[in-house]
Amino acid sequence: MRSGRDPSEVLEIPILFWYIFGDMRWKLTYLLDGASSTGMVVALFMALLYAPTERTMGHAQRIFYLHVPLAWVSFLAFFVVFLGGIIFLRTRDLRWDRLALSSAEVGVLFCTLMLITGAIWAKVAWGVWWPWGDPRLTTTLVLWLIYLGYMLLRALSEEGRTAKVAAVFGIVGFLDVPVVFFSVRWWRSIHGVVVTSKGLNLDPKMASALWVCLAAFTLLYACLLLHRFLLEEAREELSRTGEEVV
Amino acid sequence: MTYLFAAYLVVWIGFFLYLLSLSERQRRLSKELEALKGQISEGG
Repeated sequence: MRSGRDPSEVLEIPILFWYIFGDMRWKLTYLLDGASSTGMVVALFMALLYAPTERTMGHAQRIFYLHVPLAWVSFLAFFVVFLGGIIFLRTRDLRWDRLALSSAEVGVLFCTLMLITGAIWAKVAWGVWWPWGDPRLTTTLVLWLIYLGYMLLRALSEEGRTAKVAAVFGIVGFLDVPVVFFSVRWWRSIHGVVVTSKGLNLDPKMASALWVCLAAFTLLYACLLLHRFLLEEAREELSRTGEEVV
Repeated sequence: MTYLFAAYLVVWIGFFLYLLSLSERQRRLSKELEALKGQISEGG
């Protein structure tokens, strides 16, 4: 006899809640669009005007308020791919596969921008665009390549055919995320450590600006994910209707 | 300052291009839906 609820049933609740809204979901999406646009403007203000100028790097240090949130959102997006993959393998419900695919696409965008801003930061801080041999940079590049491979797998195969393989790919690929995070502690790295066991290793005003940027980028991720997910849902609906007509 | 400007520009252009691609895909899907509606009404 089973006791308690199946974890995947609990995780179904947000999606079921979303479905209950029916036509209202577009209105909710627009509401989220507004909130995330406002959040991004506030984040710009905090990063460029509110945060104090760092003594060594000067204004270029403000790249940090882009780079760290981009990294956080990439990890979050790939975690959603991981979670979506697990629930899809348990339930075989294609909505979870579509959620994973949507999150992977948004995650690859954020990860690409994270790598670019990281390279610009490296040029200012260390004088080279890409310090080969640094464990964090190398593991992050591997992470980007893994999810780029995931996207290629989805793009080059027939719709719905690769859901199972993609789920396994997304789950295994996520194993690189903790490696990226802990790489600066496990190996010798020139990459700075911001998150320590005692909290953020930052000036209070810089920390406030960083928290606002993290919140704004998370909202933007939620907004892009919803739009991408609704697009995938609409595509599925269209292909189902098309098949019924034929 | 140039590097700071370049980083912010790249990120905002990236977001803008992605939004543009989403809206383009949405537009294409709407077009397909219209074609399907036309097919249904012709058949009915």
